[in-house]
Amino acid sequence: MSRERPRVVIDDSSRDGRIDIDALLADRGTEIIVCCGSGGVGKTTTSAALALRAAEQGRTVCVLTIDPARRLAQAMGLTELDNTPRPVAGVHSRTKGSGGSLDAMMLDMKRTFDEVVERHASPEKAQQILQNPFYIALSSSFAGTQEYMAMEKLGQLHAESVAGAGGAEKRYDLIVVDTPPSRSALDFLDAPERLSSLLDGRFLKLLLMPAKGPARLLSAGLGLVTGALNKVLGAQFLTDLQTFIAAFDTLFGGFRQRAEATYSLLQARETRFVVVAAPEPAAMREASYFVERLAGEQMPLAGLVVNRVHTDADDGITAAAAETGATRLRTSRSPAGPITADLLAVRADRLAVAGRERHQRRAFASAHPSVPTVAVPALPSDVHDLDGLRQIGDLLAGQPVGSRT
Amino acid sequence: MDREWAVRRAGTGRGRYARRVGNATELHVVTGKGGTGKTTVAAALAMSLAGRGRRVLLCEVEGRQGIAQLFDVPPLPYAERKIAVGPGGGEVYALAIDPEAALLEYLQMFYRLGRAGKALDRFGIIDFATTIAPGVRDVLLTGKVYEVARRRDGGRFAYDAIVMDAPPTGRITRFLNVNSELAGLAKVGPIKRQAESIMTMMRARSTHVHLVTVLEEMPVTETIDGIAELKAEKLPVGHVVVNLIRPALLSAESRSALESDTVGAEAVGQALESVGLPGAAAGGLIDGGRAALRREDLEREQREVLGGSGRPVIELPRLPGGIDLGALYELAGQLEDMR
Repeated sequence: MSRERPRVVIDDSSRDGRIDIDALLADRGTEIIVCCGSGGVGKTTTSAALALRAAEQGRTVCVLTIDPARRLAQAMGLTELDNTPRPVAGVHSRTKGSGGSLDAMMLDMKRTFDEVVERHASPEKAQQILQNPFYIALSSSFAGTQEYMAMEKLGQLHAESVAGAGGAEKRYDLIVVDTPPSRSALDFLDAPERLSSLLDGRFLKLLLMPAKGPARLLSAGLGLVTGALNKVLGAQFLTDLQTFIAAFDTLFGGFRQRAEATYSLLQARETRFVVVAAPEPAAMREASYFVERLAGEQMPLAGLVVNRVHTDADDGITAAAAETGATRLRTSRSPAGPITADLLAVRADRLAVAGRERHQRRAFASAHPSVPTVAVPALPSDVHDLDGLRQIGDLLAGQPVGSRT
Repeated sequence: MDREWAVRRAGTGRGRYARRVGNATELHVVTGKGGTGKTTVAAALAMSLAGRGRRVLLCEVEGRQGIAQLFDVPPLPYAERKIAVGPGGGEVYALAIDPEAALLEYLQMFYRLGRAGKALDRFGIIDFATTIAPGVRDVLLTGKVYEVARRRDGGRFAYDAIVMDAPPTGRITRFLNVNSELAGLAKVGPIKRQAESIMTMMRARSTHVHLVTVLEEMPVTETIDGIAELKAEKLPVGHVVVNLIRPALLSAESRSALESDTVGAEAVGQALESVGLPGAAAGGLIDGGRAALRREDLEREQREVLGGSGRPVIELPRLPGGIDLGALYELAGQLEDMR
């Protein structure tokens, strides 16, 4: 069975199969960068490093993170989860007077949801909604809400404007989004769509009906359904749900409009996706899947970042030679024999790791030859401060670490 | 733990072996940060638990078909399928739990909603419940596990143990606890009773939530946080499994020489040349050795952090050839302490 493969939409900030990160960040047409990929591949670090680099190159940046590691959060001055972008101290422009800045925020999904309710409902109605047990469960503890709210927040930040020299201008000219650690890395893509289909769903209209219309409108089928639901859920459950939905009804139109707007924002010219992976089979498989999905949705892909890549030293010692040498030196009488044997064993191990990773990356490249890629070498320890992020930024841009242009 | 192995029973298909007579089917929930190999550990644990005459169900709940990929078989349907034989000769079944199918099955099983079930589908309720309404999905997934755990087969439990390849550490407490949210929402009725029974199972002595990690800072921190969150909700924490352990390659002498910086490039160069390797590589090799030393030190720190978690720790090696069926048997052999 042959399936036509969707064409990968690649932007033009690539050269020789490598993402040109600096061109991507410098392009004022890039207003949103979405970093996505499976869990544990360093998405948050990549997002923060891209945001910092863009800020130091003169852009007004906000990085929206979902659940950063504690020490990385502290490095960016995020001591609390308060849903407000906070300026990151210690950002230095590379060129004088270019005036870049970096704000960072951690998403508080419940707060985001509450704010939407408060903004769009009358105070009375808002109170009613905020206290409904369904709303509390929906907004605070159920899976899926995080994705809705991350996209909601992205839409808000993108629409925010401040008074500028030439009238109102955008508060941020670049927003970098770190996607939630979802069940599937793709959930956030579906979030706006799902919300729309919830609102269009006949089920909701049906639940609203008894609250709004005369009972005679109930068809036999509907009676059967509500009967079944009462049996399964208990009448109180359904009543609570109906109250919740009736109270929410006025908000639905606004929700849908924004969900749809966010979805088209993801397809827009000003958005770029960066797929993040690590050179391991599961993460590369997920990255492949992601690239295909983005292509299917006509969402513009900047390329693939492969984190934690082990490179092999190039001094003519192959893995096999290192192993043989190590074995022979274990029994040699040379004074430095034992330690040299250990050093060769380390080298052989490293070459084996590098070889496996190269294989993974090649497999991806042959499946997706048009996707520009950048490999970020593994660092000995995790990144906990702005210097660490700068170092990652240099590596992403393919520059020697510490170089200042 | 005392085990009663029943003799082979004459009979058909699924009931060929009699099950252990006990109070409950063991439930092993395997969580871990993404990229730590929790699916691999879950599969190896399932095989390890499949001792002679035992039957174990390995299930996944995230629609990723990770089990099928691991065992290199076509995507799993919503049906229990035999997928492997444990090293002790027991059977491992696999199931990919699909929330939509679980809901229809549930309605059919408990309420005999043949016609009404179809009507629900027509009104988009199945869609609503399984994909849109947040949380219901998790209720259905845990509900299915509950059903399997309580299922009886000829007076005994259908499975001796269930191993769940569960959502990652960051979401696990919320996932396992979803029924206590539900029990609060539904004030009366069968849903409330069911939600309460599921929470009782999740907190039972026969349930173990294992956390998979690697020796890196972030996953270890998440593991420690995860243990605290699980404990706060009275969910039973089992083992910490440290996966993908790399062998220590530096002897104590080599370590102290590298630490004190007393390794001479010249001496290493001579040693290299004595076995026909280029002496000029000495500097690069010593740098590589220092990096390995740093990494081993960081790993030791993380190992100490895990040691302080108060939970038993099991280590699994990084297997050079990657994971295939043979590798799963090898790992299963090392998980015997988790039985």
